[in-house]
Amino acid sequence: MVREISYAEALNEALREEMERDDRVIVFGEDVGVFGGVYKVTKGLLEKFGPERVRDTPISEAAIVGAAIGAALAGLRPVAEIMYMDFITIAMDQLVTHAAKIRFMSGGQVSLPMVVRTQYSLGRVHGCQHSQFLASWFLNVPGLKVVLPGTPKDAKGLLKSAIRSDDPVLFVESGVLYGWKGPVPEGEYLIPIGKADVKRKGSDLTIVAFSRTVREALAAADTLAAEGVDAEVVDLMTLNPMDVKTLVNSVKKTNRLLVADDSTKTGGISAEIISRIVEEAFDYLDAPPVRVNSPDLPVPFAQPLENQYLVNADKLCEAARRLMG
Amino acid sequence: MSVEYINEVPAEKYSVLGLKREDFLWLLRKMCEMRKFEERVEKLFFEGQLIGPCHLYLGQEAVAAGIVKALDKEDFIISTYRGHGHAIARDVPLEALMAELFGRKTGTCKGLGGSMHSAMSVEHNILLASAIVGGGIPIAVGVGLALQYRRSSRIVAVLFGDGAVNTGAFHEALNLAAVWKLPVLFVCENNFYAFSVPHQKSFAGESIAARASAYGVKAYLADGNDVIAVYTSGKAAITHIRSGNGPAFIECRTYRKKGHGVYDKAEYRPKEEVQEWMKKDPIERFANNLMQLGIITRGDFEALNTEIEKALDACVEKAKAAPYLDFDELWKIVYAEEVARYG
Repeated sequence: MVREISYAEALNEALREEMERDDRVIVFGEDVGVFGGVYKVTKGLLEKFGPERVRDTPISEAAIVGAAIGAALAGLRPVAEIMYMDFITIAMDQLVTHAAKIRFMSGGQVSLPMVVRTQYSLGRVHGCQHSQFLASWFLNVPGLKVVLPGTPKDAKGLLKSAIRSDDPVLFVESGVLYGWKGPVPEGEYLIPIGKADVKRKGSDLTIVAFSRTVREALAAADTLAAEGVDAEVVDLMTLNPMDVKTLVNSVKKTNRLLVADDSTKTGGISAEIISRIVEEAFDYLDAPPVRVNSPDLPVPFAQPLENQYLVNADKLCEAARRLMG
Repeated sequence: MSVEYINEVPAEKYSVLGLKREDFLWLLRKMCEMRKFEERVEKLFFEGQLIGPCHLYLGQEAVAAGIVKALDKEDFIISTYRGHGHAIARDVPLEALMAELFGRKTGTCKGLGGSMHSAMSVEHNILLASAIVGGGIPIAVGVGLALQYRRSSRIVAVLFGDGAVNTGAFHEALNLAAVWKLPVLFVCENNFYAFSVPHQKSFAGESIAARASAYGVKAYLADGNDVIAVYTSGKAAITHIRSGNGPAFIECRTYRKKGHGVYDKAEYRPKEEVQEWMKKDPIERFANNLMQLGIITRGDFEALNTEIEKALDACVEKAKAAPYLDFDELWKIVYAEEVARYG
């Protein structure tokens, strides 16, 4: 039987293993050292690898991402942490206009093997400045890879791949999943970046999910199964580059598409997914695609309001029923 | 920490610098290459042969020459969109620079960078030329972090203008480099204008060097129109850094001969101010000193410039004849690892 560990523990294992394997891997960010990270993803790394490889930084997001870029340019494989995805906005110039561009604008003279880890706390009653899921912004940033693990197993395997990637990776974790325990194989394994994963096979409709919504989609699929609807759940896992082929293959089989997306609806990730399916599999669709998103509102603080705001299994079931009807 | 001032070095003091005749000649040659290169580029723009954003180094030549001379070839440089001079000082071939301005595949960045990134040449240890004001400064800190981690004796120098010192990136980066005692040389080329806005309208402190000093960084304020003063400050700063004392900062006070970009006539600058600075032309000053010391004659100086002009003629012809990169190649460059094409 495969052991179960949490999403946060799985990430911690990935960091440990990669740091043991490769002395070019260093970790820095706010409170990642002595405190072990606000959500304990870097717990114990300072003790094990020492203060040269695990560094607490000042509250300086632009310098954190910039330092990762420079360290990568000079031959290291840094893993920088931005505590909340909301704070990435302070480092946007470094991430978007430097990390994603330097290789290209130099004519390919350099590569940037660096990871920026961050998390979004949607679903944790954190209010609108600590809950934003901004991954869709990076759909418009060629040069950056964007990875969104939705399970403990994937969190570990994808982070290890991200650290070994020769390209800059924005690694977006879901804060609400940190404590979620799931099966994680012992020992070394990698999960490739740029591949979607069929988490549950089904024949009646395809639910595309990623990050926090994967768990919701799987729960919805269970409920739907009891109603006689056989849903396939495809976890996108990497936003950029997007594995459209796996999505298209699924829709060709099920002929129906539902997207579970934490992005606010306008211009969200689901908009891109549906466009790609319409482009490549229009003739296979038996019904217009449906998406369940965060509404076009900032995230409200009050828990009952946030609960109404969130994409959840109930909303997905309801949408699936409409889609099947 | 107080700021150390390094003023103009008179010719009679050149003998105590430890520089040889060929060093002086190298400095002069590099500055003349920068001057002639930029004058040619300006002409090509006005003729419509070159297009796009371009920021000339005219007037600031002493900074790049003096700093690069003080560095070892193995030391890294982070440059900017006003970087032609930095590249020339680092012996990036004029031909590759010119080809980059023409967008050709024979350029330093295969024509994907243009003027603003043309200084980037990893082969010459110039790791980046950023077109975002202040953007390269945190990246230099990361290079310093890697060097410290590897216990390397190399350092990294990052050059930027006075406009950059008012960006958040500057403050975050300077603080981080100081806290971690990283081997970073910060070089501010203070030409007193951030595009059209004069320094005194965007800066309330005593000096940029004093601001750096407030972060716990060893700071120098040098006459940036005197290549020997710049070199001297560079040597002092680099000694400080290589001794493991953490970063150092040099404010080089200089002046653009022209506008912010190639099309900017810089009419926002008072005539008297411009005239005062033009009297302090870094190349004239240095060449006169070398003539006074008998190291060169006026004839040598003129011959040097003629030789550079000829070399530039050939660079322009070659650049114009060179091909552009195939569009298909872009897909192989955007990522190090292969990805599917879309769009």
